Amino acid sequence: MTSYHLTHLKQLEAESIHIIREVAAEFENPVMLYSIGKDSSVMVRLAEKAFYPAKPPFPLMHVDTTWKFKEMIAFRENLIRKQLGWDLIVHINEEGVKQGIGPFTHGSQYHTDVMKTQSLKMALTKFKFDAAFGGARRDEEKSRAKERVYSFRDKNHRWDPKNQRPELWDLYNGKVHKGESIRVFPLSNWTELDVWQYIHLENIPIVPLYFAAKRPVVNKDGVLIMVDDDRMPIEPGEVIEERMVRFRTLGCYPLTGAVESDATTLPQIIQEMLLTKTSERQGRVIDYDQSGSMEEKKKEGYF
Amino acid sequence: MSHQSDLIATDIDAYLKQHEQKELLRFLTCGSVDDGKSTLIGKLLYETKMIYEDQLAAIERDSAAHGTTGGEFDPALLTDGLKAEREQGITIDVAYRYFSTAKRKFIIADCPGHEQYTRNMATGASTCDLAIILIDARYGVLTQTKRHSFIVSLLGIKHVLVAVNKMDLVDYSEEVFDKIKQDYRDFAIRLDMVDQHFIPISALKGDNLVEHSAKMPWYEGSTLMHHLENVHIASDRNFIDFRYPVQFVNRPHLDFRGFCGTIASGKIKKGDSVMVLPSRKTSRVESIVTYDGDIEEAFTPMSVTLTLEDEIDVSRGDMLVRPDNVPTMADAFDATIVWMAEDALVPGKQYHIKQATKTVSGSVASIRYRIDVNSLHREETDRLALNEIGRCHVRLNQAIAFDGYRNNHGTGSFIIIDRMTNVTVGAGMILERTAATDTDHWDDEADERLHEERSNVSAAERAGRFQQQPATVLLTGLAGAGKTTLAYALERRLFDLGHAVTVLDGQNMRRGITRDLGFSVDDRSENLRRSAEVARLMNDAGLITIAAFVAPQEEVRQKAAEVVGRDKFFVVHLNAPIDVCRQRDQEGLYGAADSGEIANFPGVSAPYEVPESADLTLGTHELDVEECVKRVVELLKQRGVVS
Repeated sequence: MTSYHLTHLKQLEAESIHIIREVAAEFENPVMLYSIGKDSSVMVRLAEKAFYPAKPPFPLMHVDTTWKFKEMIAFRENLIRKQLGWDLIVHINEEGVKQGIGPFTHGSQYHTDVMKTQSLKMALTKFKFDAAFGGARRDEEKSRAKERVYSFRDKNHRWDPKNQRPELWDLYNGKVHKGESIRVFPLSNWTELDVWQYIHLENIPIVPLYFAAKRPVVNKDGVLIMVDDDRMPIEPGEVIEERMVRFRTLGCYPLTGAVESDATTLPQIIQEMLLTKTSERQGRVIDYDQSGSMEEKKKEGYF
Repeated sequence: MSHQSDLIATDIDAYLKQHEQKELLRFLTCGSVDDGKSTLIGKLLYETKMIYEDQLAAIERDSAAHGTTGGEFDPALLTDGLKAEREQGITIDVAYRYFSTAKRKFIIADCPGHEQYTRNMATGASTCDLAIILIDARYGVLTQTKRHSFIVSLLGIKHVLVAVNKMDLVDYSEEVFDKIKQDYRDFAIRLDMVDQHFIPISALKGDNLVEHSAKMPWYEGSTLMHHLENVHIASDRNFIDFRYPVQFVNRPHLDFRGFCGTIASGKIKKGDSVMVLPSRKTSRVESIVTYDGDIEEAFTPMSVTLTLEDEIDVSRGDMLVRPDNVPTMADAFDATIVWMAEDALVPGKQYHIKQATKTVSGSVASIRYRIDVNSLHREETDRLALNEIGRCHVRLNQAIAFDGYRNNHGTGSFIIIDRMTNVTVGAGMILERTAATDTDHWDDEADERLHEERSNVSAAERAGRFQQQPATVLLTGLAGAGKTTLAYALERRLFDLGHAVTVLDGQNMRRGITRDLGFSVDDRSENLRRSAEVARLMNDAGLITIAAFVAPQEEVRQKAAEVVGRDKFFVVHLNAPIDVCRQRDQEGLYGAADSGEIANFPGVSAPYEVPESADLTLGTHELDVEECVKRVVELLKQRGVVS
C-alpha cells in the first residue's frame, strides 16, 4: 500500500512553492531579493521548482553594498548568470559609493543604512516592484516570530507592526494600492536546521565560505574578521593569521565574524550547528547594540 | 540546539537520515498569561535545546528589567517578541515558534489570551493540527476556557490536549484533576471535537512535560511531549475528494501548457479523468510534472504541475476535480464568519472574497445570528463587530466551486478583503449544505402559524377573463426526446390561439430557483418539487403551464400531480427510443454519462420509469413537432382546458 505521507521538508517545500506561485500569479511586478547566502540559495531552488520547466517569471535582485566577500560575487556570477541563466539585477547605491561610505570609515550602522537599507528602498522605487521575496525566517530573531508571510509595506517601504493583515490558512491577501508593496517570506516556517538539511538533501550549491578552510583573519575586538581585500585597515598590534575558519552567515566582510571550525562537509557543518551554543546572528555585528534593534531596523525598511 | 541526541556527536549521517523522516505537527497554545502559557512554551523550547546561550543571556538581562518573577529567569520572556509588547507585559499578535525532536518538527502558533483573542486565535488555529488548552488547576474550567475551546472547534482542529497546569499549587491532587476533566467533558459535549486528551502538568516545575512526574504517580497517561510526538495525525487529511485549485498557468513555449497548483485534498494519478470547473469540460491527466521528474501519483498537500491530454481552456481560479466527485457550484452559501476589523461587517456591502485561488466580489446578504463566544448563545444582530462571530448568508457575483469546511478546509475557507483599504477584514468557513436542500421535502408541513391567504379574484373570474381552465402539462421523457422543442412550439400555438400560457423548462429552472441543486436522485426530486410549486402558482394566476422535465421517477411525478392538483395535471410522455435521443444529443451528455463523467443519468446510469398512465404518449421519433402540438392541443380540448 502506498503511504500518503510527506516528510516535514517536503511539506515545507510544498508550502513555499505555493507562496511563490501565488505571488507570481497575483502581483504585476515581483522581484526576488538575492543575498547570495544559504537561505537565498534555498529560495532560488524553490523558485526553480515552482515554475519548472519554465524559468521563474520574475528577476533576481542583489543589493550590493560593494563590501561583500569576493567569493560571494564570484559565486553569484557563476550560479545565477552562467548556470541558471536568470535575469539578475545588481543594484548599488552609487551616491554612497561617491561619498566613499564604508563600514571602516562610517561605522556598521551608517554603512548598513546607506548601502543596504536605503539602497534597497531606492531600487524598489526605481523598478516599481510591488512584491519582493526575501529569505528571512521566523526563527532567526525574536521580533521576526510574528512576521507575516506577506509583510505589508506602505508607500515609503515602512513596516508598521500595528498595520499587518491577519493571515489564515494558505489564503494570502495580495491586494495593494499603487506604490504600496509587500515583502514575501516563503521560508517563514523553516528553521536553520531545515535549511541545512534541505541543502544537504537537494545538493544545493552554496558559497564555499560556509565550509572551513585556512583563511587570513584578524582578531578585532574578539571578532575574527577575514582580510578579503586591501581596504581592510590593520591597526597597530593587529596581526593577520592563517586560521581554519568558516562563516555561519554571510554579509559585508568587515561586519561578518568567522568561527574557528574544522567542518569541511555539510554533515559536519550541521553537526557543528547542532552542538553549538550561540545563535547564527551572533556573527553579525549589526544586531548587537540594543535589545529590539532588529525591530527598529525593520520599521525603517531593513529586511 | 534541536533535540539533544547522542547521535549528533557520534554519527551525524545516521542522525540526518533519522531527521529526514520527520513529520510536521502544528499546534496552538491557548490560555492567558496567568495560565502559564508562556512558561509552558518557554519550557518546551528550553527542554528541546531551542534556545541559544546568547538568546538566554538577552533574556536574563530582560528578566531583571521587565520580568514578572522578581528578577529570576522568566521563561515567558522567551516568547514575548516585540519590544512594545514586552514593555506592556502583553502579547498582541500570533507568534510562531519552532522546535523539533527526533520524531517531529513542531510549529507553535502562540496566541495571546486577552481581549483580541478571537481574531488572533482564529488566525493561529487556521493552520493547526492540535490545540493545547491550558487550565489553571486552582480555578478549573473558566469562561475563557470555553471561549478558547469553541474557537478551536469552530476552526476544525481535530485534536485537543487539555493541560491542567499548576498542579504543584493544588498539591498534585488527583481529585482536582478528575473534577476538571469531568467539568470540561460536560461542557465540550456541545462542541465538535473528535479527540480529547487530558494531562496534569506543572509547566514551571516541569512535571509531566518530558518526564513522568514523581509527584503524580496516580497519572499513568503519556507526558505532554510524548503525546505531541505520537498523536496520530496522518489520517486527518482528506484523501478522498480530489480538489485542485489552479494557481498559475505555466506556458514557457507552445509545446507545454502546465497547470500549477497545490492539491487541496485527495489524490490524482496519471491517466485519471478530470473535470474543469466551472466549464465542466473534461480531459485526462497526461503527466504530473515536478522539478525532480514526472511522478505517477500526487496527493495533498503536494504542489505540482499537471498537464492534460486535451487542449481545453483552464485558467487561474478554475478548479480541477474528478468528474464523479464534484464540489458544489453555487454563488451563495451559509458560512460562519469571524470579523477581524474595527469597522463592523455591514450586510449588503461589497467585499472581495478570496477562496482557494479565486477572488470574486460578494457580500453578506444577511446575518442569521451572532454567536456569543462565552455562552455559545445565538443572538439576533444586524452587524458583526471586531472579534465577533456570526452565521451569515453570503452571496457572490459569480458561482464558485466549494465544499463544506468540515470536510475540506482547503475549499471551504475564505477571507474577506475590504475593497477600499485592501485589509483582510474577515474569515469564513462554509457550512455544509443545510438539511433544507438535502432531504425530501414533499411531505413537509408548513409552519402551523402560517395560514393561507385568499385572493379577492376567484378562479372562475380568471377563467372567464382568459377563456381557459388553468392546467399544467408535464412533458416527460429522456434527454433528447424533444421536450423543450415541443414545449415552446406548444406555447406559441396556444398563445396564437389567444391563450395565456407559459413554459417551465428544467434547464431554466436550474439557472435560477433551483441552481443550488445537482443531479442526484434527491436533487432531481427536489427540482421537480419546487417546479411543481411554481406551476401551481402559475395555475392559481389562471395560466396554462407547460413543464418540460425529464422527471424520471413515477413516484415523484405522482407527488408533483398532488401539489398541482390531479384534476389540472396532465402527463405527456415523449416516447423516443434512447438511440434516437443519443443521435439528437448535441451537448455530449450521453457521452459524458457513458464515461461516468455525469453520474445518475436517466437511461444510462439511472432508470427512466415509463409513466404508468400517461394522458398522452407521443412517439417523437416518428411524429413531427407540428403533429405533436396538434395532439396535445386536442388533449387539452378534450379535457376542457381550452375550447
